[in-house]
Amino acid sequence: MKALWRWIVAAIVLLLGRGRRPPRVEHERLVPAGKPSPRAEFLVLGLFGATAACAIAFVVVYAIESIPHQTQFLGLSLGLAFAFLAAALILIAHRLVVTEELEEDYPVPAHPAEQEALMELVEESGGRMTRKRLLILGGGAAGAALGAALVTPALSLGPAFEIAPFFRTPWRRGVRLVDERGRPLHASDILEETFYTAYAEGADREDIGSPLVVVRLRAADLDLPAGREGWAPRGIVAYSKICTHAGCAVALYRKPTFPPVEPRPALVCPCHYSTFDPARGAKVLYGPAGRPLPQLPLLVGPGGELRAAGNFSGAVGPAWWGVRNRRPS
Amino acid sequence: MRGVVRRLLVLAALALLAPGAAAAQSGSGLYAENCLRCHGPGGSGTPRGPRLRGVGAISADLYLRTGYMPLRSPGDQPTRRRSPFNPQQIDALVAYVASLGKGDPVPRPHPERGSLPVGLRLFTEHCAGCHQVLGEGGYVTGARVPPLEHATATQIAEAVRVGPYLMPRFPKTQITDRELDSLIAYVEWAKHPDDRGGWAIGHIGPVPEGLVAWLLAGTALVAVCVVIGKRNEA
Repeated sequence: MKALWRWIVAAIVLLLGRGRRPPRVEHERLVPAGKPSPRAEFLVLGLFGATAACAIAFVVVYAIESIPHQTQFLGLSLGLAFAFLAAALILIAHRLVVTEELEEDYPVPAHPAEQEALMELVEESGGRMTRKRLLILGGGAAGAALGAALVTPALSLGPAFEIAPFFRTPWRRGVRLVDERGRPLHASDILEETFYTAYAEGADREDIGSPLVVVRLRAADLDLPAGREGWAPRGIVAYSKICTHAGCAVALYRKPTFPPVEPRPALVCPCHYSTFDPARGAKVLYGPAGRPLPQLPLLVGPGGELRAAGNFSGAVGPAWWGVRNRRPS
Repeated sequence: MRGVVRRLLVLAALALLAPGAAAAQSGSGLYAENCLRCHGPGGSGTPRGPRLRGVGAISADLYLRTGYMPLRSPGDQPTRRRSPFNPQQIDALVAYVASLGKGDPVPRPHPERGSLPVGLRLFTEHCAGCHQVLGEGGYVTGARVPPLEHATATQIAEAVRVGPYLMPRFPKTQITDRELDSLIAYVEWAKHPDDRGGWAIGHIGPVPEGLVAWLLAGTALVAVCVVIGKRNEA
């Protein structure tokens, strides 16, 4: 019985003693001991928390598009996150890390003993911190939240979750072309040497699949790709107005006054100067666009009005990942 | 021998005097001297230059008063410069080209009747793609887009209807005469916009503004670093 009691006491002592640091051997310190500063530690923890909160706010503001002045709030939250982090680091440097004034520089560590001394130096410099693990945890949380905030905008590089809407366009056979004021465009309205913007009748103007750029070329100059016979009645061609590079509006029409000595007609995007040849199915002549503007087949209705004869020849809009070769529905 | 030299000198002097003599010439004479080589007899056109029959006074007035014509060589882009002709000569040439065929007369715009907001909307829709929103000009692949700071109201109206060089033309079905007045009112305003920020920085958009902002912010950051850091006294 007595033996059992001893065993139990021994086990309790062992268990209680577990995890406790062995008493440190007192030796001469390299860095003078500093006074612990719980107030500064508390403040640093608070600043780390504020950093994390602001970084999370950035992600939230980024996700909710209905927030008014979204851009300004994005800048504010990210800027505050960095400011809080900077304040925390400044506070740590000034209040929590022991500093010493040296006459000479530290010796270059060459021998194992000196390296040990360096380790000790680092260890002792943090000697003022009483809740080191908590501080590391707080710093880690702030860093992780800020990292997440910085990575979030990558979502805008392309539709990540649902890409089907990018392939739906309002164009069907028979849909009328209307101008900026909603009036139907007639084939006789479309003149050479100028360009027109058209939309699908009844569709949302902001819909990426709706806007068209319409130009009239001389029938003799047209050289559309095979399979597009009859897509350009009376020399009128229609292409998506959204550049296939970065999605800007193709708002420039270059038309020579005297073709023999001037550059050929071209649709040009003002953002990065992608240049498309309207006579040859909007083939890319120059610039960063990777594929032609999608062409919309046209037909002239009984009243002379312009109507779509089908859907686009390819996917509308900028070149998202994996979007290139899907056809619109 | 001396007689030959004297005769040559007289001929050379006559050749030097020729531009002065041209002042008194008729439109057809000026045309024959300066335009015919590329535009052909009676504006019939050649492989070097387009037909001028039917382009009207509107086109001739724009190209001549801006100094776009005569070109140094047919492949060049016409650019604004001082016209080598005096106003009377330009009047005579414009009248001659207008007489070659049926064409539009020189327009008479009334920008004072126009509305600035309507002009801004129209300019953004039709012009800003190339000319930039404040008419600073820029580039289109293969050509320069001219700035509009020296364009007069009449010249803007002419260019919109004619579409010089690579610029598309905008018929009245696209931009009505009333809308054109607003458009010109906007361009006139854009020549002297009120710069709310104080510095115009060339009106060329956010890139130079960003550079200036970085410069100021960088200076401020260095100042902050100096305040929070401590220099090791040697």
